[in-house]
Amino acid sequence: MVAPSKPVTSKPDEVKPEMGRTVRFTIHRCDGPGKAARWESFDVPIEPGSNIISVLQYIAAHPVTIEGKRTTPVVWDSGCLEEVCGACTMVINGRVRQSCSCLIDHIAPRNGDEVTLEPMSKFPVVRDLWVDRERLFYNLRRVKAWVPIDGTYDLGAGPTENPDKQETRYKLSTCMSCGCCLEACPQFNLEEDPEHWDSAFIGAHAISQARLFNEHETGKQLKRDRLDELMGPGGVSDCGNAQNCVKVCPKEIPLTESIGAMGRAVTIHSLARFFAGKK
Amino acid sequence: MVANRERRVIVVGGGLAGLAAAVRVAESGIPVDLFSMVPVKRSHSVCAQGGINACNEVARQQGYSEYQHFDETIYGGDYLADQGPVLEMANWAPKVIDLLDRMGVPFNRTSEGMRDLRLFGGSLFKRTHFAGATTGQQLLYALDEQTRRYTSEGKINKYEFWEFLWPVTTGEGEDKRCVGIVAQDMRTMQIRAFRGDAVVMATGGNGLIFGKSTNSVICTGGAAARCYQAGAWYGNPEMIQVHPTAIPGADKCRLMSESARGEGGRVWVPRKKGDTRRGQDIPEGERWYFLEEKYPKYGNLVPRDIASREIFDVCVNQGMGVFGENQVYLDLTHKDPEYLTRKLGGIMEIYEKFAGEDPRYAPMRIFPAVHYTMGGLWTQFTPGTYDPSEPWGDHKPGMEAPTDAKPGRGMRIGAMNNAMTNIPGLYAFGEVNFAYHGATRLGANALLSCIFDGLFCGLGVANFVNEGPAAEAPAELVEQKVYDAAVESEQAKVRKLVDSAAGVGEQSDDVNPYMIGRELGIEMTAASTVVKTGERLQRCLAKLRELGERYSRVKLSDGAGWTNQSLSYTRAIGDMIVLAQAIAKGGLLREESRGSHYRLDFPERDDTRFLKTSVAVYDPSDADRCRIDWRDIDTRLVKPRARTYGKTESSPDAKTPTEKPAEAAAS
Ligand SMILES: Cc1cc2nc3c(=O)[nH]c(=O)nc-3n(C[C@H](O)[C@H](O)[C@H](O)COP(=O)(O)OP(=O)(O)OC[C@H]3O[C@@H](n4cnc5c(N)ncnc54)[C@H](O)[C@@H]3O)c2cc1C
Ligand code: SF4
Ligand code: SF4
Ligand code: FES
Repeated sequence: MVAPSKPVTSKPDEVKPEMGRTVRFTIHRCDGPGKAARWESFDVPIEPGSNIISVLQYIAAHPVTIEGKRTTPVVWDSGCLEEVCGACTMVINGRVRQSCSCLIDHIAPRNGDEVTLEPMSKFPVVRDLWVDRERLFYNLRRVKAWVPIDGTYDLGAGPTENPDKQETRYKLSTCMSCGCCLEACPQFNLEEDPEHWDSAFIGAHAISQARLFNEHETGKQLKRDRLDELMGPGGVSDCGNAQNCVKVCPKEIPLTESIGAMGRAVTIHSLARFFAGKK
Repeated sequence: MVANRERRVIVVGGGLAGLAAAVRVAESGIPVDLFSMVPVKRSHSVCAQGGINACNEVARQQGYSEYQHFDETIYGGDYLADQGPVLEMANWAPKVIDLLDRMGVPFNRTSEGMRDLRLFGGSLFKRTHFAGATTGQQLLYALDEQTRRYTSEGKINKYEFWEFLWPVTTGEGEDKRCVGIVAQDMRTMQIRAFRGDAVVMATGGNGLIFGKSTNSVICTGGAAARCYQAGAWYGNPEMIQVHPTAIPGADKCRLMSESARGEGGRVWVPRKKGDTRRGQDIPEGERWYFLEEKYPKYGNLVPRDIASREIFDVCVNQGMGVFGENQVYLDLTHKDPEYLTRKLGGIMEIYEKFAGEDPRYAPMRIFPAVHYTMGGLWTQFTPGTYDPSEPWGDHKPGMEAPTDAKPGRGMRIGAMNNAMTNIPGLYAFGEVNFAYHGATRLGANALLSCIFDGLFCGLGVANFVNEGPAAEAPAELVEQKVYDAAVESEQAKVRKLVDSAAGVGEQSDDVNPYMIGRELGIEMTAASTVVKTGERLQRCLAKLRELGERYSRVKLSDGAGWTNQSLSYTRAIGDMIVLAQAIAKGGLLREESRGSHYRLDFPERDDTRFLKTSVAVYDPSDADRCRIDWRDIDTRLVKPRARTYGKTESSPDAKTPTEKPAEAAAS
C-alpha cells in the first residue's frame, strides 16, 4: 500500500538552511534579582537539527562572547526537550515560545543570521533566562483545579464519559503551564508581591482549567467555588478579550472559547447568587 | 514529648511515584515534605506517551487475567525480577486505573463511553489504557492536582527547585537508619538538613549517563548515585533499556512511542541496499518488514530489547539502513490520517515538529536510543500468601490461573520493608526502584509500577512511621549535630567545586565538566547498550577511571553564589561516573545474555550461574569503586522458560509477500 501524497508540502517562502553556518545569538542576561541586566552575544556553529537548547548547551561548554571575553554559562530552565513539560519558555526574536521546539533551521537558516533570547517579562527573573513562575501555579490553586475525590482507596471506576466530551477535556488538560498565554496577555502584568496575587488577573490558563474541572462529573462539586473566584477581583471580567493568548498557546488550547464559557457561567452564577440574596 | 511529637515523611521526587507516595502518606495523616528539582508538574513522567497496562473486562473475557499480565511481565523481564512484587503489581493494576479514572484522567473512550484499549509490546491482548499519546502527562497532572489540593490544605509541603544532596543516617550496622536528607535550594544555593522519620526516593532513571537518551535533562541518576555512595545497594545496574524507535536529535533522542506500533505501525527497510527512492515511493513488494517476518506471532510488537537488536543488526551489521544510514522506517501511512490524529496526535506532532515531515504521509525514520533504567536501588519485600509448592509452568490465555487476584497474594499489604532499601527508613519507589522489570521492561508497565509503589508501598512507609522503628526513635529526637555534620560535609564539597572556578581563565577540555559529561555519554553508549562484549567493557572501565581522575581536577566555569546551574550539573557528573562504573562492571561480570543485556561473547542465558540479581556495593578502595555481589531471586511462583517470542529466520532477499498483521490490514 503506497501512502497518499500529502496535500501541501513546503511553504513557498521557506529558505533552505545553509550547511556549516554560524549564527549569532544575543542574550539578555542578569545575574539575579536587583542586579543590572546586560546583553551578551555568541557566535555558534550550527549542526543539523540544532535547536535553542543545543545552542545554549554549546554556549555552556564554550562560554566566550563575540568580543572574546570569557563569561559564565547562560542559566535557563528546561526539562523534557520535547515540548510537553512547559519549562523552557522564553522570548525568541520577540515571540514567546518553547525553546526546545524552536529549530535553528526555521528561525536562522542563513550564515550570519541573528537571534535574540530574552526571559519572559511577566514573571520575576531568577537569573538570565530563568524566571519564577510560582504565581502561575498559585492561580491554579485559586480555581481549585482538581477533582475532589474521596481518597486513594479502591472505590471502583470513575464516571463513564462520551468520546466527544473526553476529546474536549483532553484538549484542555494538555495545558502544560508554560506561561505563553500570560506573557502575551495585555491584562496580565508582572506582580512580584504574593500578597497581591489573589486580586490580580488570574490568566487565561487558569480560566481554562476552571472550565476543565467544571466539566467533570465529580469535579463539578467545586463549581461554585471556582465561579466565585472567577467573579471576584482579577477574575474573568478582567479579560479585555484581546485574544493574544489563544494565538500563542503552543498546545492550541481553545482559550477564548474557555473564557467565553466561563464568562457566561459567571453571569448565570452571579444572577443565581443575587436571587438567593447572597450578592 | 514523644506522645505528641511531630512525625514527618520526606519524599524526594515529584514524578508519578513521588506524587502517588506523597498523596498516600499525607492521606494517612502524616505530613509530607516533597522535594523536586523542578516544579513537580514538569517532572520527567510528563514525557510518557503510550499508556498504562492493566487487566480489564474486555481482555478478561478473551482469556486474559491479572495472572497473565504477571506472567508476561516476568517472561518479558527474562526472569530477573523477584516474582512476588510483580504478582502484586499486576493484581493491583485494575484498581490503579480506576483510581486514576476517578481523579479525572481523560482516558480515551469507546463510543459507549468505556475506557478504550490498545495493543502494546509483549502481549497479544489489548490491555493498555491511554489518554491520547500523552498518557504520562495526563496521569502526572491528575496526581499533581491532588497534590495541589493537599498542599492548599497544609498536608504536603512542596520544596520545588530543591536538589537532594545526601541521605542523613544514624547508627551503624543493624542500627543504621535514615533520618532525613540534606538538600540545596537551586536558586539561593542555601544548603539545609531536613528531618524525616522515613525518606522515600522517587528520583527516576539515569538516561543522561548515556548522553543523548529519550529522558529529560534532570534524569542523571545523581540522587540514586548519592544514596549508593552512602551505602545503599544498587540492583542490576547493567540492565538498561534501549528503545527501538526514537528520532535522533542534536540535544536528545525523541521517543516515538511503542503505541505507534500498537496502533498498526510497521517497521521496514527497502529490500534493496542503499535504495535512493523516498520511502513512500517504494512499492510494497520491495519492502523488508523484518520484524514481521522474523517474529510472525508478535510481529512489530516484540519486546524492546529484541526490536532494538534486530534494528541494530539490520543497520550496523548488514548495512541495510535507510539511505545507508543508521535508521529504519516506522510506517503509519497506511492508516487513516484522522484516526492517527485522534489516537496518536501527541507523537505525530513531535515528529512533525522535530523531523519536519508529516508522519501521516511519509514513513518516519527512527533508530534505537537509551530509554529506561531497569536497575536501581535494591529493595526488599515481604512475600504474600500465594506460595505454591512448585513453580507454575507456561501459562496460556484462558487457562485457569493458579491463584486469584486478591490483595496480598504477592506481597504482604502494609509490610514496612516493602520497597525499602538495605538502609532502614530509606525507600525507593518508581523507576529508581530496581524491583519490577527484571532484564527488560514491557511497554506501559513503568507508569503502573510507579503508581503502584506510591499507593501500595506507601502504606508500609506510614506503618514504619506510626508503629515501626521511627515510632520508637523518632527523627525529632536525633541529635542536631548529626544533621549539622551532614550539612557541613555537603558544604565542603560545594566549596571545592566553587573554588575551582576562581580566576576563570583558560579552561581546557581535559577538566571542562561539559566535555567530561559528553565523553561519558559517548563511551557508555558505545560500550554498554545494545551489544556488549567483555573486551569492550574492560576498555570502558579504563575510560571511566580516566574520566574519574579528570573529574577530580574539574574546573567550574561559574563560581556564582546564586542560581549556579553549572555547579549542580558538575556535581551530578561526578555521581554519574560512579554509577557508570557499576553499570559497566555489572555488565562485565554478567557473562550471559538476558533481556536487554546482550553479550556477543556469551550469547546464551545462563540460569545456573546468573539467575541472580547483581548487587553493586560502593567500595572506594576498589579501582572501579564498586563490588558486585550476587543474590538469589524469588522464583517460587513461575518456572523460567526460554524467551524466544516465537522467532523464525528471515532475510532481505526472501521475497515471500508477508502476511500483514490483522491490525495493519484493517484499514
Ligand atoms: C519518552 C518516554 C516515554 C515513556 N512512555 C511510557 C509509557 O507510555 N508507559 C510507561 O509505562 N512508561 C513510559 N515511560 C517510562 C516512565 O515515564 C518513567 O519510568 C516514569 O515516568 C518514571 O517516573 P518516576 O516517578 O519514577 O520518576 P520521574 O518522573 O523521572 O521523576 C523524578 C523526580 O525526581 C526528582 N529528582 C531527581 N533527582 C533529584 C534530586 N537530586 N533532588 C530532588 N529531586 C530530584 C525530579 O525533579 C522529579 O520530580 C516513558 C519514558 C520516556 C522517557
Ligand atoms: S483574551 Fe483575555 S486572557 Fe487572552 S490575551 Fe486577551 S485579555 Fe488576556
Ligand atoms: S494555556 Fe497554553 S499557553 Fe497557556 S499555559 Fe497552558 S499551554 Fe501554555
Ligand atoms: S523543555 Fe519541556 S517544553 Fe521545552
